[in-house]
Amino acid sequence: MSDLMSFSEIDGSGAVLIAAQRRVAMVTLKTDLSNKITRAAIKKLLGTTVPAQRKIANGVAWMAPDELLIMVPEGSTPEAQIEQLNANIKAPMLAVDVSDARAVFTLKGNNAREVLAKGAPIDLSADAFAQGDFRRTRLGQVAVAFWMEADDEITLICFASLRQFMFDWLVNAAQKGSLPAYLNR
Amino acid sequence: MSFRIPEFGHLIDRKKPVSFSFNGKTVQGFAGDTLASALMATDHRMVGRSFKYHRPRGIVASGGEEPNALMNMGEGGRFEPNQRATTTEVFEGLTARSQNHWPSLNFDIGAINNRLSRFLPAGFYYKTFMKPQWAWKHIFEPIIRNSAGLGQAPSERDADRYEYFYCYTDILIAGGGVAGLEAALEAGRSGAKVLLLEQSPHFGGRFMVDDVMVDGRDGPAHIAHLLAEISTMPNVTLRNRTQGAGVFDHGYALGYERLTDHAPASTPRHRLWRIRAKRIITATGALERTLNFAGNDLPGVMLAGAVRDYVRLYGVAPGARTVVVTNNDDAYRTALTLHAAGLEIPAIIDARPQGGGALAEQARALGIRIETGHAIAKVTGKKHVTGVEICLQSGTGGAVETIPCDCVAMSGGFSPVVHLWSHCGGKLNWDAANAMFSPDPSRPPTDQNGEGFVLTAGTAFGALTTQACLQSATLAARQAAKEVGRSLKAETAPREVQSPDESAMAPIWSMPANAPYKLRAKTFLDFQNDVKVSDVQLAAREGFESVEHTKRYTTLGMATDQGKLSNINGLAVLAGALNAEIPDVGTTTFRPPYTPISLGAIAGEASGPLFKPTRKTAIDGWHESHGAIFEPVADWRRAYAYIQDGETTQDAITREILATRGSVGLFDASTLGKIIVKGPDAGKFLDLLYTNMMSTLKVGKCRYGLMCNENGFLMDDGVVARLDDETFLCHTTTGGSDRIYAHMEEWLQTEWWDLKAFTANITEQFTQIVVAGPNARKVLEALGGLDVSREALPFMGFVEGTLGGLQARIFRISFSGELSYEVAVPASQGLLLWNLLLQAGADYGIAPYGTEALHVMRGEKGFVVVGDESDGTVTPHDLGMSWAVSKKKEDFIGKRGMQRSFLVAEGRKQLVGLRTLSDTEKLPESAHAVEDGKAIGHVTSTYFSPTLGHPIAMALIHGGRDRMGDVLSFPVGGKVHKARVVDPVFYDKKGAQQDV
Repeated sequence: MSDLMSFSEIDGSGAVLIAAQRRVAMVTLKTDLSNKITRAAIKKLLGTTVPAQRKIANGVAWMAPDELLIMVPEGSTPEAQIEQLNANIKAPMLAVDVSDARAVFTLKGNNAREVLAKGAPIDLSADAFAQGDFRRTRLGQVAVAFWMEADDEITLICFASLRQFMFDWLVNAAQKGSLPAYLNR
Repeated sequence: MSFRIPEFGHLIDRKKPVSFSFNGKTVQGFAGDTLASALMATDHRMVGRSFKYHRPRGIVASGGEEPNALMNMGEGGRFEPNQRATTTEVFEGLTARSQNHWPSLNFDIGAINNRLSRFLPAGFYYKTFMKPQWAWKHIFEPIIRNSAGLGQAPSERDADRYEYFYCYTDILIAGGGVAGLEAALEAGRSGAKVLLLEQSPHFGGRFMVDDVMVDGRDGPAHIAHLLAEISTMPNVTLRNRTQGAGVFDHGYALGYERLTDHAPASTPRHRLWRIRAKRIITATGALERTLNFAGNDLPGVMLAGAVRDYVRLYGVAPGARTVVVTNNDDAYRTALTLHAAGLEIPAIIDARPQGGGALAEQARALGIRIETGHAIAKVTGKKHVTGVEICLQSGTGGAVETIPCDCVAMSGGFSPVVHLWSHCGGKLNWDAANAMFSPDPSRPPTDQNGEGFVLTAGTAFGALTTQACLQSATLAARQAAKEVGRSLKAETAPREVQSPDESAMAPIWSMPANAPYKLRAKTFLDFQNDVKVSDVQLAAREGFESVEHTKRYTTLGMATDQGKLSNINGLAVLAGALNAEIPDVGTTTFRPPYTPISLGAIAGEASGPLFKPTRKTAIDGWHESHGAIFEPVADWRRAYAYIQDGETTQDAITREILATRGSVGLFDASTLGKIIVKGPDAGKFLDLLYTNMMSTLKVGKCRYGLMCNENGFLMDDGVVARLDDETFLCHTTTGGSDRIYAHMEEWLQTEWWDLKAFTANITEQFTQIVVAGPNARKVLEALGGLDVSREALPFMGFVEGTLGGLQARIFRISFSGELSYEVAVPASQGLLLWNLLLQAGADYGIAPYGTEALHVMRGEKGFVVVGDESDGTVTPHDLGMSWAVSKKKEDFIGKRGMQRSFLVAEGRKQLVGLRTLSDTEKLPESAHAVEDGKAIGHVTSTYFSPTLGHPIAMALIHGGRDRMGDVLSFPVGGKVHKARVVDPVFYDKKGAQQDV
């Protein structure tokens, strides 16, 4: 978990610690991910192979068959990333800064899975969702994506305009005494 | 009388008294009681009045099938009507009131309906209240509405919280009786993930009260044994107080968990489990049926199984002298239980001429009188049972004897609970031997692979004997485990069961067999909706031969219990009246949920502030703290106007407009959709999407464009900017950002997959602020950093660079008709830019304006708003925007649609302006123009223009463009507004103001 300064709002009253992160730099890349030359260029550039469907590796997440979400590594900037992607991928592509379009949350605690299972219609049991997995789904009525940062920590993203709504939703879902104790029996 | 007994009662804790309130009086029960058992223990036998005839009604059942004991439960924000006393656990402070009576339960005016019952037969509502016609609306309907419904409607907001839980499992088992538990144990052994739901607080079902021996253990001991074994399996989860409420396509099932109904708390009250299961086993048991004899609805007449439950589980005697009446052997268990509790059983009336088997022998050996081949002619008593007149079953009801008693335990046989099996299409067989419908395993509900995904076990499967019940559970579990891909170990040895041999039941649908009308008219099928045997027979005579029609005509099975007790009896009576076989009449449709579930559970967490996501811009906080009132636009909330001290909303709008037109205004336009389209084929793609040409747009320029759907109707509009050779930025309407992005992706993915173009929705990446008004340029120049002069940044151009130290893109576009810039910066800088602009514009009296000022100003300019001037049936041509529809392009979405005959026909509604004849009278919103008694069009936008000092409006009028100068009439609410048809552009027709 990043240090406390990187959060704009924290709620520790519930069964899970809910924290809204400050701006996280990220870039959307859209291109034909089945193109071998492109895949090689991405690997060279990002130091990781193109993640498989519904996977995340080294801060690169599979969003769609033609879309990746790239967390900009420390020391770099979205602009620099985009420039490099533009320069190295020869096939038709689109790389764009989406850092300000997203709200990012950290859910810390063993019950994070159950909090999300109150709103995400996916299998959140440990054998179906673990580190390295990435899900684009919804939480209640909000489109989200999330992945496991550690065994007891989940990172969740949604559109920035819903930051407050999402935070309130998560705090409500994490209220003490309200977990079904099904996934963590 | 009914009372507590010292014997039995293993569910209650006699050391823990619990007080609650019933009809305002304090009543005492014990922890573990249901409201029904506690009321019965304190001799509350009448617990409500029936729906139609207001007849006294008592507790009939001990579970979710209860039709009578419905309560107005709780108070204030926790008030809920129609709650079943039989499934409500008592807790300290519970309040309940009986329903459907006035002034009191004991003395009820509405009971007059009972005397008038022969005037209120089936279809009464359809036959009465026909004339005079006016009386329906003013007299009949209000009275009927007032008397309709059993419980009261809540008047306060629900004080409780609710939530969902999504869960995945290999095997879902509905029902925690012995069949469900045996199935869970067997399936658990395979290693499959198993989730078992039990609706009541306790596991074990009928095994807790039926005297059986399994592997040398009695019923309760065997259940304890199963629970202990299952508790060692980490892959098996048991949830009590959770009902398997519905089965849907693709292995989707609903579980309804009642968390705090028995112990109110601030934690969620109900949880709706939204389950995906590979296989579902329904082990939902069977429901006992009532018998059809006159007066079978009097308080004190109960299901025999329920009588046994109250004695065994709660230590309550429903009566001191109980007559048992039956067509099967199971009811003898009740007689034996009553005997063991030291209660009197004056007689067992067995309709079967040959009587029962081993259980009957036991009863006879205890000296209990048994009358075989007999029936109840009628029950005597007014508010509760005082006796029964018995007669020969084969006769017409000539009484041979009256037996005084205060309770009747009836059993008409059993109906498997096939609801969950049937919800998604599982088919039923008629089992003639047991006179019941049971699941046909060869015709299960099928999943996406065409395979059956629901299995059944136990009595829900129709396996009524203990041996068959246990076997079916093991078999269902093994089959389910195999089908979810689990390997199975060696056969599990069958349980050794000791239970008495039972004689065959007899299908008895009328008691006595040839009951005359007088008796049939007091013989109730559906207790909750007051449907009698005579009503169903009347419906059949009147031609309602389909069971679904009979149901609706008589309301049989349409009450909150959905006919759980009445269903089969009703079918049988209908079949008898039609002289048809029961399976040929068929059943009505079983629909989820199994019993009513709370609306709160269905809504989940989505109430109060979490009701609907609210999207907020980066400047939203500033708007809020500066007097903004908001309006919802799609999921966004947008500032409608900024109210200053002492202002009305209209004052604020007028001030904002005059400030903008007079000097400079500021507007948060961040909600407009922004979609990047990039690639070698981006221009080609946009040419196909927009009605006008986009590929010819020069880099650094903007063009306004229209998008139509395939029918040629306008669906969105916005400004497109060409960022570089391969890259376009498409602005959409606020409501269109997600929809248009999806529209683009759909066409790219499904039709034009060969186009080399990619899209990204970057709506939220940018804050976009409009600076509009004659002094707009001066404000931007004050911030500095970018040349925004007419030469460097002409109308419909854009520039990029640093403005006031922020990386910005500035578009010269105008929706107000003024000199106008839209400045886009990354959203994290949005509030900063807003404040910088306010500061820079202070000398010019810069005024933030809201969406209403925006709308008025665009109205003055005659600009259309998608969704105001268009409604999904309007083409660009109708709006006078033919200039934005390319004639050169080979194709675009909507081109063919627009060429259809009725879209090019004369006389279509066309956009015009309207100038009211009065300078003070604004046209009402959506007012219709009427000419020669016909509506010829309607107002699409109407405002008071502070700029012009008079009202303005736009309208779609038939052939409107040819009617310039005509005066039209708009009659609204007794008043006729008059307005002249004019050009829709009211202000600065030449566009000189925006091009400076």
